[in-house]
Amino acid sequence: MRVTVTVNGQPHTREVEPRLLLVHFLRDELGLTGTHWGCDTSNCGVCTVRLDGVPVKSCTVLAVMADGHEVTTVEGLERDGELDAVQKGFVECHGLQCGFCTPGMLLTARWLLDRDPDPDEATIREAISGQLCRCTGYENIVRSIKWAAAAEQEARS
Amino acid sequence: MQVPATFAYERADSVPHAIALLERYGPDARIVAGGHSLIPMMKLRLAQPEALIDINGLAGELGRVAIEREGEGEELAIGALVRHAELLDSTAATDLFPIFRDAERVIADPIVRNRGTVGGSLCQADPSEDLAAVFAALGATAVIQGPGGVRTVPIREFHRGPYETAVEPNELLIQLRVPVRPGTGSAYEKVERRVGDWPVAAAGAVLTVEDGVITSAGIGLTAVGAEGFHAPEAEELLTGRPPGAEAFAEAGRVAAEHCEPHADQRGPADYKRHLAAELTRRALTTAAGRI
Repeated sequence: MRVTVTVNGQPHTREVEPRLLLVHFLRDELGLTGTHWGCDTSNCGVCTVRLDGVPVKSCTVLAVMADGHEVTTVEGLERDGELDAVQKGFVECHGLQCGFCTPGMLLTARWLLDRDPDPDEATIREAISGQLCRCTGYENIVRSIKWAAAAEQEARS
Repeated sequence: MQVPATFAYERADSVPHAIALLERYGPDARIVAGGHSLIPMMKLRLAQPEALIDINGLAGELGRVAIEREGEGEELAIGALVRHAELLDSTAATDLFPIFRDAERVIADPIVRNRGTVGGSLCQADPSEDLAAVFAALGATAVIQGPGGVRTVPIREFHRGPYETAVEPNELLIQLRVPVRPGTGSAYEKVERRVGDWPVAAAGAVLTVEDGVITSAGIGLTAVGAEGFHAPEAEELLTGRPPGAEAFAEAGRVAAEHCEPHADQRGPADYKRHLAAELTRRALTTAAGRI
């Protein structure tokens, strides 16, 4: 089946089997390996991407379901060579250790701050509760997201 | 790597089109919306539908939450394609029935809730489904559309057994309707092993009180083998009595007596029966406090 998916603003057309999962479409068809592939059961959340702006677990979405829709992956976070505030936060606050969960965490963090520019700690923890950090580095992930929220607040003021 | 078996994929552009596709492909076709139950089952080859009919494009027809007039009163109408996150965000639904907020906050996780749908959860008919107990407690009505038109089924007759519903192979669940009554409080109490998991046991309660007397009691139970996900004996016991700690504890005991929990990896049967009683009592207490 022929599908056209707009990924990070760029339309991509491919011939795919209906059973191809979105995570494999992104990684294997488009070479966008920033989207990781973990538990394959929609538990761990490392495959999280934004589909029409909303974070979803791409191991449980068919590529054909994204036909005609927009997907944002971690590769689409930076703008004109500048990292997004959430990426900078993870750098500043040591928000990653092995890095496996990081792309999904970044996309959920971006979604959270788009909806709620000043989240409290409980809100941040709730937002990332569908994603597992195998290094158990949640403290620094939460700090990184707070850092990004503060940086964006300051930039606005 | 888990890969589903091959299947034909069709995209429905309207409810009648979805039904026509179901008729064309026959009983081995499946409707897919959020896909968060069906796709994992297909990856494990526990499900091998010959065709998937994607209804994600039908948000205009099936994606609304609205309060509608019905005869003399009002009903809350929830489209089958409403995502869990949308129901949780709908103040129209959660202000009227806080049981939706209680339950949706503990269904899976925020990312899964962005995709999974209300109708999909009910049609999956998992014996531990949270929303099955919620809608049973609310005394909701399922609206089902097929080639012959639209019919309604009380939600308590909707689930026919594990993974079985009243929806025929050529039909589609399109909406849930919940009667709105003044003087009503509701709540949901769940015990799970870890955040976002299926319940070890859970109970929902919906109470309507007029002039200090319970005029309507709804008790929903899940994961404890309650027939139709509800507790009619306990509901009957409460009707006509004033709300209070003693009545709620007794209702919990009666609800638990009529359950048939099974031991599994989530816990032994006697523990689940204990939870059925205690969670029913707590849900009733919270519901009464919200009237």
